[in-house]
Amino acid sequence: MNVVILGCGRTGAALALQLSSRGHSVTIIERNPESLRRLGKQYPCRIVLGNGLDEDVIAKAGTESAEAFFAVTRGDNTNLMAAHIVRSKYDTPKICVKVADPHRAEAYRKMGLFCINASGLLSGMCRDWLTDEPYKGIDEYNVLPPELEV
Amino acid sequence: MYMILIGGGNVGIQLAKRLIARGEEVLVIEKDAGTAGKLANLLGEEYVMHGDGCEVFTQRDAGFERADVIVAVTGEDEDNFVACQLAKEVWKTERIIARVNDPSHEETFRNIGIEETVSATGIIYNLIVQQISGDDLVPVAALHRGNVEIVESVVSSRSPLVGKLVRELKLPQGSFIAYVVREGVGMQVAPDTRIEEDDMLVSIVAMKDADALRQAICVKS
Repeated sequence: MNVVILGCGRTGAALALQLSSRGHSVTIIERNPESLRRLGKQYPCRIVLGNGLDEDVIAKAGTESAEAFFAVTRGDNTNLMAAHIVRSKYDTPKICVKVADPHRAEAYRKMGLFCINASGLLSGMCRDWLTDEPYKGIDEYNVLPPELEV
Repeated sequence: MYMILIGGGNVGIQLAKRLIARGEEVLVIEKDAGTAGKLANLLGEEYVMHGDGCEVFTQRDAGFERADVIVAVTGEDEDNFVACQLAKEVWKTERIIARVNDPSHEETFRNIGIEETVSATGIIYNLIVQQISGDDLVPVAALHRGNVEIVESVVSSRSPLVGKLVRELKLPQGSFIAYVVREGVGMQVAPDTRIEEDDMLVSIVAMKDADALRQAICVKS
């Protein structure tokens, strides 16, 4: 599969390494060349240096022919806006957005965007690990727990 | 009118000052604690809230629900984008205005239904273009949610328009030259107005016909 990943932070780099080693063709978009060290000495994927909110940069990464687009920078708003640009410009089958703020993730999920909320995932799994409950599917961890509702 | 400004930078401060002076109910939300503190000293504590304007909690506490206008004026387009989209989708705010720093993002804002965007970059760019080349249409204002534009163009010495009467011009249907500024004096255009070199033409055009109008009245560079 052709996959575009925005952000070469810990998540983006780990994802790029894992998908590349499974034979997928990965392009990573990153603003800061320093961050590329996370990919090791030999980059396993294509790199596009630039701002992920710049349509030209998104196009240069080959998003048009990508099966999946991951927005996984540390900025929730950058991820959400980039995903929106991709969604409105291309017919990318799978778009995944990392959103740290659980409420923001919930609001955008309701707008039809697939948002992964790391704090929800982690806290839910910690809870189940402690209480010996069986682990659940991602969608169950991903939804806003009632305790957090505004 | 209750107006919430997101972003207490230069634009936010100056806007808040003027709106407060007008007697409006104003709240500025600023993410940086230090900046928010300074802002509170300057404007008065009741006008400033320290918090992330993109967080639903902050928005609830700020009273987004009863806000008449939400204005997002941070220096980051992505922050303005999310603040505006949450205002629209979660709080159903009716009037939303966004500062857009990268003019190419205006379309992205329009896509989510934020029609009122202001781009200083775009405005300054248009002014520069206007100064350095008279051969293009320069957008002056957008009307009717951007579907209709008022545009300016200068008639250069190379222009085939020089010496022609307005009624002789073949303009796209629905667009017309409304006004001519000649040697600093504006005048209304009649069918028998003769176009002279250095005239500035003010035209009204449907956005979709802007290219056709450009071909009709601008010299190709």
